[in-house]
Amino acid sequence: MFISNIENFLRRQGKPLVAFISRLGEFSIFVAQSVYNCLTPPFYGRNLLRQVIDMGFYSLPVVGLTTIFAGMVIALQSYSGFMRFGAEGAVASVVLISVTRELAPVLSALMVAGRIGAAMAAEIGTMRVTEQIDALTTLSTNPFKYLVTPRIWAGLIVMPILVLIGDVIGIFGGYVVGVYKLGFNPANYVNSTLQNLQAIDITTGLVKAAVFGFIISLLGCYNGYKSKGGAQGVGTATTNAVVSASILILIFNYVITELFFSK
Amino acid sequence: MSENKIEIRNLHKAFGRKVVLDGVDLDVVKGESLVVIGGSGTGKSVLIKCIQGLLRPEEGSIKIDDEEVVGINEEQKEKLHSKMGMLFQGGALFDSLSVWENVAFDMIENKKVNKKTAKNEAIRVLRSVGLAPDVADLSPSELSGGMQKRVGLARAIASRPEIIFFDEPTTGLDPIMADVINDLIIESVKGLGATALTITHDMASARKIADKIAMLYKGKIIWQGTVKEMDKTDNPYVRQFINGSSQGPIKVEI
Repeated sequence: MFISNIENFLRRQGKPLVAFISRLGEFSIFVAQSVYNCLTPPFYGRNLLRQVIDMGFYSLPVVGLTTIFAGMVIALQSYSGFMRFGAEGAVASVVLISVTRELAPVLSALMVAGRIGAAMAAEIGTMRVTEQIDALTTLSTNPFKYLVTPRIWAGLIVMPILVLIGDVIGIFGGYVVGVYKLGFNPANYVNSTLQNLQAIDITTGLVKAAVFGFIISLLGCYNGYKSKGGAQGVGTATTNAVVSASILILIFNYVITELFFSK
Repeated sequence: MSENKIEIRNLHKAFGRKVVLDGVDLDVVKGESLVVIGGSGTGKSVLIKCIQGLLRPEEGSIKIDDEEVVGINEEQKEKLHSKMGMLFQGGALFDSLSVWENVAFDMIENKKVNKKTAKNEAIRVLRSVGLAPDVADLSPSELSGGMQKRVGLARAIASRPEIIFFDEPTTGLDPIMADVINDLIIESVKGLGATALTITHDMASARKIADKIAMLYKGKIIWQGTVKEMDKTDNPYVRQFINGSSQGPIKVEI
């Protein structure tokens, strides 16, 4: 009696653990499969193009709005903060560093995760529950190569470009506030920005962007691919894709920063 | 070379503790149309998915043209799929593509046929299932259920497969449209000289398209024979199923 009580207790406690570990294993296999398929032919160029347009071109307004306001608010905040110890002159470089290193990559990635990660999970998830993925297989087409690979390549290619554009727009936002609201001399502001411009600020931002792009596509595809159980399952997959991608973006943001800047 | 196109021996498949296929033995003779009947949830779809390699059975053997297909690698699977076609229950048409691109999918993606030739061929196949050429440029979501089934059928036969699978081809259609689909299935299978494996619980459809019928119950094939033999059999399970009676040895689990 006592023994069987313990056994039941262990079984109950162990079940979620086993489920977690098997899910982790399933995810690892998915990642390995994705990487392998990304590097081996055939490649579906037309699908890649569609993803690049969806993820890149149509994300431009969102990324532009996000980064311009981020740049503007940083200029305003750093001015009022730095005034306390008379360091207002540092505004231009603070805008430059915070936009290129942090704000443009992180905020753009979070916005794209919400826009595109969700769409990927919903589209692939619907294809799963309506047997379209099985149909691809029966038509001698590897669904991984047809659906997942183009999306991951698109993430890797598009995010750095978006972030580069975001950098420019964000710095411009800081310039607008600096010059028209805080009364900086335009020439001085531009000068101070250019003088502080360092390659490492931009490159770390772009490395982050590529990693975030990979995360967004991977989790969008993974959650869609493994979804089951009709409309509700697709809904869950969509939510999970956005939430897990956002969290991983923030975690990897720290990890990459640590790799580049910790001494 | 044996006359069997598909040969299944002692096939087992379970999901966790739920045993779905429990030792299935089944032969499909070349050029014949076999219909597997059975209630909902008896594992008919799982059987088809195992044969296509979409699911991997725990035990048993499936041979197609005398070659084992359980446990083959992706490349061999792609080759295997090139001789198969499948009509899915819900159609499973790609909604990001137009109707003709669906039908021509194999031609464009695998055989690298140029677009114009592929489209003409797709329109020809669409016509053979009774669809007008102006349907070709529509999106699948603009079609009615019966038309989607026809497009699904056109896609399944477009690559001229040696084996065609039909998953509940008449479910969700009105009786007249169901009969139209049955006629089209017979026509296209005979036209291609293909081997057909259908799963259904629609007895009218089964009678019409089957050369042979097999009944799946509790993970095993419990009876098989021709339509005539089915009408004469005194097997109580088959009798209950074809009469559609709630009384008998088959208990519905609620």
